[in-house]
Amino acid sequence: MMAFLKLLARNRLALAGLIVIGMVVVLALITPLLPLADPDVTDTPNRFKPPFSEGAILGTDHLGRDLLSRLMWGTRLSLAMGLAAAIIAATIGSAIGIIAGYYGGRTDNIIMRGVDMLMAFPYILLALAIVAALGPGLMNALIAVAAVNVPFFARNIRGITVGIAHKEFVDAARLAGMRDREIIVAEVLPNVLPVIVIAMSTTVGWMILETAGLSFLGLGSQPPQADLGSMLGEARSALITNPHTSIVPGAMILIIVMAINLLGDGVRDALDPRLKSGALSRPMPATTVDRQGAVPAAKTESLLDIAGLRTEFRVRDRLYKAVSGVDLHVEKGECLGIIGESGSGKSVTALSVMGLVASPPGVITGGAVHFDGKEIIGAPYEVLRSLRGRRVAYIFQDPLATLHPLYKVGDQLIEAIQSHDSVSSADARSRAIGLLKSVRIPNAESRIESYPYEMSGGMRQRVGIAMALANNPDVIIADEPTTALDVTVQAQILSVLSDLRRERGLAIIFITHDFGVVGQLCDRVAVMYAGQIVEEGPTAAVLRNPQHPYTSRLIDCVPTLGGGQRKLSAIPGLPPVVDNLPVGCAFAERCDKAHADCRAGPVELVKTEEARKTRCLFPEVVSERSA
Amino acid sequence: MTEAIKLTGLSKSFPVGKRLFGPPKAMVHAVEPLDLTVKIGETLGIVGESGCGKSTLAKMLVGLLPPTTGQIEIEGAVLDNADPAIFGKRIQYVFQDPISSLNPRKTIRQIMEVPLRRLHNLDKTARAARIREIFAAVNLREEFLDRYPHEFSGGQAQRIGIARALAAEARILILDEPVSALDVSVQAQVLNLLADLKKEFGLTYLFISHDLAVVEAVSDRVAVLYFGAIVEVGAARDIFANPRHPYTALLAQSAPEVGRPIAAPETAETELPDPMSPPLGCAFNERCAFASDRCRREKPALAADGSGRDFACFNPLAASQEDG
Repeated sequence: MMAFLKLLARNRLALAGLIVIGMVVVLALITPLLPLADPDVTDTPNRFKPPFSEGAILGTDHLGRDLLSRLMWGTRLSLAMGLAAAIIAATIGSAIGIIAGYYGGRTDNIIMRGVDMLMAFPYILLALAIVAALGPGLMNALIAVAAVNVPFFARNIRGITVGIAHKEFVDAARLAGMRDREIIVAEVLPNVLPVIVIAMSTTVGWMILETAGLSFLGLGSQPPQADLGSMLGEARSALITNPHTSIVPGAMILIIVMAINLLGDGVRDALDPRLKSGALSRPMPATTVDRQGAVPAAKTESLLDIAGLRTEFRVRDRLYKAVSGVDLHVEKGECLGIIGESGSGKSVTALSVMGLVASPPGVITGGAVHFDGKEIIGAPYEVLRSLRGRRVAYIFQDPLATLHPLYKVGDQLIEAIQSHDSVSSADARSRAIGLLKSVRIPNAESRIESYPYEMSGGMRQRVGIAMALANNPDVIIADEPTTALDVTVQAQILSVLSDLRRERGLAIIFITHDFGVVGQLCDRVAVMYAGQIVEEGPTAAVLRNPQHPYTSRLIDCVPTLGGGQRKLSAIPGLPPVVDNLPVGCAFAERCDKAHADCRAGPVELVKTEEARKTRCLFPEVVSERSA
Repeated sequence: MTEAIKLTGLSKSFPVGKRLFGPPKAMVHAVEPLDLTVKIGETLGIVGESGCGKSTLAKMLVGLLPPTTGQIEIEGAVLDNADPAIFGKRIQYVFQDPISSLNPRKTIRQIMEVPLRRLHNLDKTARAARIREIFAAVNLREEFLDRYPHEFSGGQAQRIGIARALAAEARILILDEPVSALDVSVQAQVLNLLADLKKEFGLTYLFISHDLAVVEAVSDRVAVLYFGAIVEVGAARDIFANPRHPYTALLAQSAPEVGRPIAAPETAETELPDPMSPPLGCAFNERCAFASDRCRREKPALAADGSGRDFACFNPLAASQEDG
């Protein structure tokens, strides 16, 4: 709750709205206690007294009634009406929406078509028709406004419920013996409640306006009872001669509705889960760079050299050190594997290269990336843009998320080609077909006209690879490109990548958690743990004789085919969270060889053999595993 | 009675292109009529690629999806079309995504209490005692009980999911990809826990996964599913080493393995058949190197070969020497 208020207070306008509406509500609540004139006593000799007259601060209306008193009592009534209408509409509408969304099928169809019919009428016409049928009066106006707003809630809540009704926890509740009604109340409702609150906070102002509108037409509150709408309606005839009688209630309506809407927007933003992580705005086109200390020189002459890279996420008062000092390099035609578990920093390392880490909250705080000899961390956006896709291309895990669903794959490929190369559309098209052929997509000429949803996962990933190849890059960074695919398809994709590397001399950085894939595809491998490289070396050597205990135990965890039924070895505990890393070795907590020295201070990545490095004080001895 | 689960002619079809009145435009057969038995105390692995019907099969087994045809017998009692609550006491389900199978707005205690209260009518003190017992069995600390699901890592959340399934006191667990959302170091912890629980409580598992190595490591027998039908069933220790059905062989060759050179195991042309227009004959014939005319006309039935292996193929791969 405090966190919610803090988040709300960050939005200055919402805070202002909250203060204003809070004051109005307090005044409305204490109105009966205030020494006000009776709002309904007429005093015709004193009619149309201007504001600031004696005995009537806001003046009097056409019957000589005290405007301040009428305003206070009117505001009280209007607020109560608006709130009551909102609660009624939200309750009925949400109930309809939840039932339609939960049961689905024919129930859903019948209910929602009924709701659609209600929505087909202009709302004011519908409200008028309801009041006309029931007769004028406060209660009937309330019913009309509530009824008109039911479809809005029903539609909103139905959409949310459909999503929740298919969640696994609903299935789990069913298996635990809960009946539909209990599931709706105990499992679904708590999850749609925030949405109902958001919808209410943004519509209550609107409902106050609508009830005021009906009262203005004389269909709501009846004389002599005052609400803001009827005050405006009665003042209409004196609009020119005595404008203050209209301005007073008009200004109050404006204040209330403005304040509620500002507050409502603030509530919505504060409750939106996407904003809780601190990502309040759209990410910038390139990662923010805030480097402390000197920029390190390239450690090798390689095509791509990463030196001392540090990337952090600054989320409110927390600091997540996702990557803390990574050195890597990849040569032309080489395939480098980066292996690690989730949260080890492998993807952030890869995204940092081209400044693709979302900022905020991501910040590159140290290190350098040299591509073809030039430093590119903190390079101007234009330089990065000309390199992205043209020299360094990415392949991501889920091609369904990276391909635009509304454009044909061919058009997307052509766009990728033309964004770096000014060629005619016909040339780009024939190049696109060539690309699809190079990733072995059958019938490329017709497949180019397909939309992403028409292709299977494997085909889409081939398009993703074709897209990465569109501008003949020198380096491809593939972030778990086969994780979402079936094994038979994975084998096909790996063979495509392997052939392309050989044919085009591509450098590939292949990020994965699968030792089998690394073993088949990569020349060298770097193992990451808690944002650091713990071991690096030629794939065959690392997999056969791992030197870091983490590598060795991780390999033991992975079952391989042909081993038969058996107990697997596991690593106890969990990887450390990167906002609270230990001083010493990050793996010490889970390591059975850990020594006091391991926890005392940082452990360096040292060269142990030709082309091999390990970050361990007590590396595994070769003979331990070769037996 | 030695059969924990016995399926006879179980199938599931989904209508496509529903109309307001009259029959739908077409039916997609997610699971073709299949017969399968799981013995008490056994772990049966089910492998197959996405879209092969393994999750549909699992959901039918716990009553979350009504079968189109066929019969489900669980521990000797016929349970097709029963309520999930009746299934719940005999057979439970562990979900693939541990976090999304826990209601984000309930504490772990609230989640754990539901099956105890609904299925077994335990009172408050009995529930607390039972939860303590179960949490001890799955190595979870009791202080976790008053936390919310988002505070847990995937591995811990999956233990909670397993604990919930155990709370129903069902003797059969359907494990639907229970470790595929977990990191490898945690995956082994959960698999070992499952093995220990099985020994301790005498459970029967149906273990569904796409990871052949994991299935082989935990299962007694393995059934290979392709396009909604079982194509091969056999002992876990030799089904991938000596596959008889060409599809099993393809799966085994595709699993990435250290030290084996990359080779596309089949030509790029081949994909799963379109479920809207299933091929005539064997569903695998378009991807199969051994397909004959008969395969394109007739659907092979699952048949035993006498050595404890069942397969559905007209032109099976040769049985290896030591297999006899």
